[in-house]
Amino acid sequence: MNLTRRGALALGAGFAATVLLPATALHAAVDEALAKFTGGAAVGEGGITLSTPEIAENGNTVPVSVSAPGAVAIMLLAEGNPSPGVCTFNFGPLAASQSATTRIRLAGTQRVIAVAKMADGSFVQAANEVKVTIGGCGG
Amino acid sequence: MADNVKPRVRVPKSAKAGEAIVIKTLISHPMESGQRKDKQGNPIPRQIINRFTCEFEGEMVLDATLEPAVSTNPYVEFEAKVPASGTFKFTWYDDDGSVYETTEAITVS
Repeated sequence: MNLTRRGALALGAGFAATVLLPATALHAAVDEALAKFTGGAAVGEGGITLSTPEIAENGNTVPVSVSAPGAVAIMLLAEGNPSPGVCTFNFGPLAASQSATTRIRLAGTQRVIAVAKMADGSFVQAANEVKVTIGGCGG
Repeated sequence: MADNVKPRVRVPKSAKAGEAIVIKTLISHPMESGQRKDKQGNPIPRQIINRFTCEFEGEMVLDATLEPAVSTNPYVEFEAKVPASGTFKFTWYDDDGSVYETTEAITVS
């Protein structure tokens, strides 16, 4: 196969586009989910604790705990899943603490993000990287 | 309705008024994500529990929205405080419209 200089450039550009495209599409989905939850408000740091295992052997059940004192709702996102939404906890008046534990699926090594909506309408987030040995989204 | 759906809930039998009690809930459910394919390569349709609520005498404790990224047999652990004796009502909503319910009584001293 003979490659001209022009052809090689075009090929290179095409390759870059296919590699970069999923990454940007991914972040768009995360941003979209965030914007839907926060309504475009700025998201701060602190006041929220997210605990995840550093390494998850099985991506099918990864235990996740989140706690944000004074929150009315907490949303969990998994950046690298086919769709980033994981779950949203809305706390009622009888919740003793704004914390919850559940088990989630992770398709591969990725960041897990927790965003809390505070009673005063502000938002805070925390993110943890989880290394996944076997992905949990079937095949 | 998915087969063998069985809710399991652990609530302390008694508590002090205003004390934080830990509630653990689990429901056996496949949580089919809609991402998997069967042997012929056809996508398996999504069927998950999309919402879980816990109420105490009509007052909300936790209202959770679940998405396909929640594991099979969704497990949720949280804390509640109760002012008086009464009954917790747990409800799971399936994608196919089924609703699974269970209740648990608690005595407050």
